[in-house]
Amino acid sequence: MISRAWLMDEDPATRAQARAGQAWRLARDLSRNPLAMVGLAIIVLLLVVAAFAPWLAPYSPTEGMLTNRLQPPSAVHWMGTDELGRDILSRVIHGARITLYIVLLVAVISAPLGLIIGAVSGYFGGWVDRVMMGLTDIFLSMPRLILALAFVAALGPGIENAVIAIAITAWPVYARIARAETLTFRRSDFIVAVQMQGASHARVIGLHVLPLCMSSTIVRVTLDMAGIILTAAGLGFLGLGAQPPLPEWGAMISKGRSFILDQWWVATMPGFAIVVVSLGFCLFGDGLRDVLDPRQRSKG
Amino acid sequence: MTQTLTPPGEKAGGQDAGPRVARGLLAAGGVLLTVALTFLGLLAITFVIGRVVPIDPVLAVVGDRASKETYDAVRLSMGLDDPLLIQFGRYVGAVLQGDLGQSVATGRAVASDLARVFPATLEMATIGILIGVAVGVPMGVLAAARQGSWVDQVIRVVGLAGYAIPAFWLGLVGLVLFYAKLRWVGGPGRIDLFLDGMVPARTGLLLIDSVIAGNWAALRSAASHIVLPATILGFFSLAYIARMTRSFMLEQLGQEFITTARVKGVPERVVIWRHAFRPIRVQLVTVIGLSYAGLLEGSVMIETVFSWPGIGNYLTTALLNADMNAVLGATLVIGAVFIAINKGSDLLYRLLDPRART
Repeated sequence: MISRAWLMDEDPATRAQARAGQAWRLARDLSRNPLAMVGLAIIVLLLVVAAFAPWLAPYSPTEGMLTNRLQPPSAVHWMGTDELGRDILSRVIHGARITLYIVLLVAVISAPLGLIIGAVSGYFGGWVDRVMMGLTDIFLSMPRLILALAFVAALGPGIENAVIAIAITAWPVYARIARAETLTFRRSDFIVAVQMQGASHARVIGLHVLPLCMSSTIVRVTLDMAGIILTAAGLGFLGLGAQPPLPEWGAMISKGRSFILDQWWVATMPGFAIVVVSLGFCLFGDGLRDVLDPRQRSKG
Repeated sequence: MTQTLTPPGEKAGGQDAGPRVARGLLAAGGVLLTVALTFLGLLAITFVIGRVVPIDPVLAVVGDRASKETYDAVRLSMGLDDPLLIQFGRYVGAVLQGDLGQSVATGRAVASDLARVFPATLEMATIGILIGVAVGVPMGVLAAARQGSWVDQVIRVVGLAGYAIPAFWLGLVGLVLFYAKLRWVGGPGRIDLFLDGMVPARTGLLLIDSVIAGNWAALRSAASHIVLPATILGFFSLAYIARMTRSFMLEQLGQEFITTARVKGVPERVVIWRHAFRPIRVQLVTVIGLSYAGLLEGSVMIETVFSWPGIGNYLTTALLNADMNAVLGATLVIGAVFIAINKGSDLLYRLLDPRART
């Protein structure tokens, strides 16, 4: 039943067919962008590695042999061992779980928060809009990293607190986007029609406004992922994120700092992991933006 | 930032100067009000953070063996029983008078600590932005002039790298390569140890101080120490500035007056630098301002890596010591400078660009 013609049908018979067709077109456009595919491959790799970390990692991420400490990369330990004799490759593999956990939590907290604030602000307008956007602008013009640092300092170090701190500083961007998006169709006929049928404000916003803000927010969240990963790694590097012995990449770099001059691999290897994963999200986000949000397409 | 020129007929040229000045004043007043509100917001955030800290400020004063009466008396005298708004008002008043409290770690006033460490950060960030502008702007112009050329590809890669590489990691890799292996640059710190303190501090900017003192050995040492961290900071601003310059230039080059100039036979060099580059200078001011503010923030990580005795290092040291007054003071100063540069460049843009004056 699912054929190319069915998916490309200009007059879909059912909603499901329309949705499937749209998804298919999106996937087709994306697959024509080689860089976006590289990005997608990296993200899929991150997901697979995180899901199967205990089976993929050749050694334990937390237990090592002290007699085996600070070994250079070799056939036995591809990325070498750290100061406690732990296999760095295994720690990098397990670190993928922590990175994914942080990134997903931040997205799940900050994106809905920003979406709702932006949509409500744009939908009602007037003084609601002025107050909420004033607040958003205040948060937007603050230095994000410094603010996150100060929040973690107050809440205490740890992954969850780092997530909260990053999420607190990340939502204003999504609020701005959702508001701008909402303003473009706030007075449209379909909104007025639903309102005249007696739909409550909550229903209009939840069922008719928010879904239309989704695509530009998803694009922005994907593009922001790299920044979130870097901030989380930075907090870990300063000793404010994940605590030892958790194999968080930033914290691993921080540990390796003491041996950087003679045992360069301890600090360098986790850094490569950060760069590759951030790059993956950047590339995929760029491709997604070109497909979902052609208005913002960068020239050339 | 994508305004197009309105035809002269539609401009507000017909009106007399009176209402225009009034409108300008009104707009300036609005800007000042938002700036003031933003600063107040920053103060509110640091105040809230200071309040949720699980450290009891009274216990810090009286010790854990104090009797209930002493505890209550001290609590009362510290004003911790007053309504939050009154406490906030007192906090704002103190900050406006330059009182940021005492640092637990150094035992000095946070404000004087910050005044001591700030020039080091300023020096590094300024050299960083100079590198970013000097390399980034020509690169962006060139990339737009020859789309698809190698410069264009380089900018694309540099831009991605700027997004994906952690600054602290790049700093560490740079230290290994250029200091430990190649010996091209000085190591961590601002100056070689045996020269430390040899130059009297006038401005706090070590490069300028050593020139004033005529101490060329110190100047050479300070320069070799600053070049690597400043270049790494500059790299991150370069990535942003080059990409923005490129897209501004492309926008200009697509306009009709450029085609006219080319058809007229104006040399390509003049088309690019006079016709296309001149109108974007004002937009670039905003971009450069934004990335300068970003550098002040980014220096937190770089300073930690390079043991650079600036405000970032002060902040992270205070964080690890749970020295809350110092943390909040540093956050406040970095935040205030960040907001000031941010809004300042925005205001400058409005003043310089007639198209934004609507």
